[in-house]
Amino acid sequence: MSTADPAPLSLRQTVGITVAHLTKKFANVTVLNDVSFEVRPGEIFCLMGPSGSGKTVLLKHIVGLETPTSGQVRIGEFDASDPATRAKVRLAFVFQAGALFNSMTVYDNLALYPREHRLGDEKDIRERVMHALSILSLEKALNKMPSELSGGMKRRVAIARALVMEPQLLLYDEPTAELDPILGATIIEIIATLREHTAVTSLVVTHDRSLALSIADRVAIIMDGRIRAVGVPEDFKRTTDPVITNFLSPLIDLKHPRFKQLENDHE
Amino acid sequence: MKQFIAFCESFGSALCMLGRSACYINTLPRQFPRFIEQCYMIGYTTMPIVTILCFFIGSALAQQSGYSMENFGAKQFIGALVGLSMVRELGPVMVAILVAGRVGSAITAELASMKVYQEVDALVTMDIPPERILVLPRLAAVLVMMPVLTVIANLCGWYGGALVCQYTKSISVDSQSYFAVLKRFMTARDISDGLLKAEVFGFVVITICCHIGLSTRGGPREIGASLTKAIVTSLIFILVLDYFINEILI
Ligand SMILES: Nc1ncnc2c1ncn2[C@@H]1O[C@H](COP(=O)(O)OP(=O)(O)O)[C@@H](O)[C@H]1O
Ligand SMILES: [Mg+2]
Repeated sequence: MSTADPAPLSLRQTVGITVAHLTKKFANVTVLNDVSFEVRPGEIFCLMGPSGSGKTVLLKHIVGLETPTSGQVRIGEFDASDPATRAKVRLAFVFQAGALFNSMTVYDNLALYPREHRLGDEKDIRERVMHALSILSLEKALNKMPSELSGGMKRRVAIARALVMEPQLLLYDEPTAELDPILGATIIEIIATLREHTAVTSLVVTHDRSLALSIADRVAIIMDGRIRAVGVPEDFKRTTDPVITNFLSPLIDLKHPRFKQLENDHE
Repeated sequence: MKQFIAFCESFGSALCMLGRSACYINTLPRQFPRFIEQCYMIGYTTMPIVTILCFFIGSALAQQSGYSMENFGAKQFIGALVGLSMVRELGPVMVAILVAGRVGSAITAELASMKVYQEVDALVTMDIPPERILVLPRLAAVLVMMPVLTVIANLCGWYGGALVCQYTKSISVDSQSYFAVLKRFMTARDISDGLLKAEVFGFVVITICCHIGLSTRGGPREIGASLTKAIVTSLIFILVLDYFINEILI
């Protein structure tokens, strides 16, 4: 179906996200348990948590790929699980594994969205795609197939594909995992720069403590499917909650009881 | 009972998929390159195997009927028998089976891997309905290519039969009288019935293969499982539908 040509990003409204009492069960396993928080329009919100704590599942509820068992997720004034919402709010989701279209070149991967939504002629689209590629220094990969790219390049292409969409809401699932420190820093810069130049609201899921504490406006920590804490980064630098301090700066303890067995085996 | 309910569920969701694809029919002109690509995939790549197999099916049919019709002294009617069997039955069924094996399996594998590697999810988040760009062009292409393939299959079968009749000593019906009889007993209705059957089979096969591909869940292992399921389901549908369509048409 045709989407009317949307207004330029700077003129479009910023949107926020409201997650209210969200619970998700897969069979009998409760993955998210009464999760509530709010992402304000235009802010960078970082969600941190150990692996398996339900971060990806939470993001999937926001983009509408999962439906809640109970509770609700709203994007602006729209229900996130309603497919029509994606026509009203432009949201981009950077998948953890990239989810690039394997049968298309990098260029076609990026051009698919503007082509399908008819955002200008082929020349405009080319300009737009090249701009996104240059931001992530991917010009050389233009005509490569995804299978020819390294893990880090795939991730950058995935981010470039999201930038081409000029989204109002940008969700990243572990954008800096598997990247070397320099590329990781570039991604952090991109996330921060985007906020200055556009009205995009960003929700970043990450393990990366420095990323979260350096660019986030607010940070939430999720553990075992529950929100453990929400606040500005300064709160987390001063926190006294032992679980959170241990998550943010884990002590390396070689004398931990769980290694007892190993030591005995070696004797 | 559980399996019956599961079957009904998939049947329903396949119909929903068709409905959603139909909603985007006005985007078809824009998707012309994709449509051509699928026509190439379905038509061009199946053509060689259709040609060869149907040639031999026509030949074998002539051989067998030559052998059995000799007893009735009805050898001169071989042309009609081979011609009608090809047009009404073997042509459409063989093309459908070959399309299921050659193209349907490829479609299921491709869509299933797109599903497993989250490419379909990516399309959904980009507000590009998978039915629009993945299912619709394939359905349109199969509707265009099935009649073409079936006509080729029929011709190959007829000529295979004619060759056998002419050069097998015990039959020795020359091709002129073979085709004369074929023409005399063949009506336009026979041909259109055959083409109609082919259209239905092709449409059903591609629908099944797309639907099973897109319903794949889990990891890469499930791609193989979906593939098997798609082929088996397609074959069952072709042969069962064949009976019922014959019932209606004859
Ligand atoms: N489709 C699914 N079916 C069943 N369980 C799932 C599914 N998706 C995720 N889970 C479970 O949900 C939990 C959280 O997963 P996930 O959100 O991917 O964790 P992470 O925080 O590392 O991204 C895991 O225990 C996982 O096994
Ligand atoms: Mg995850």
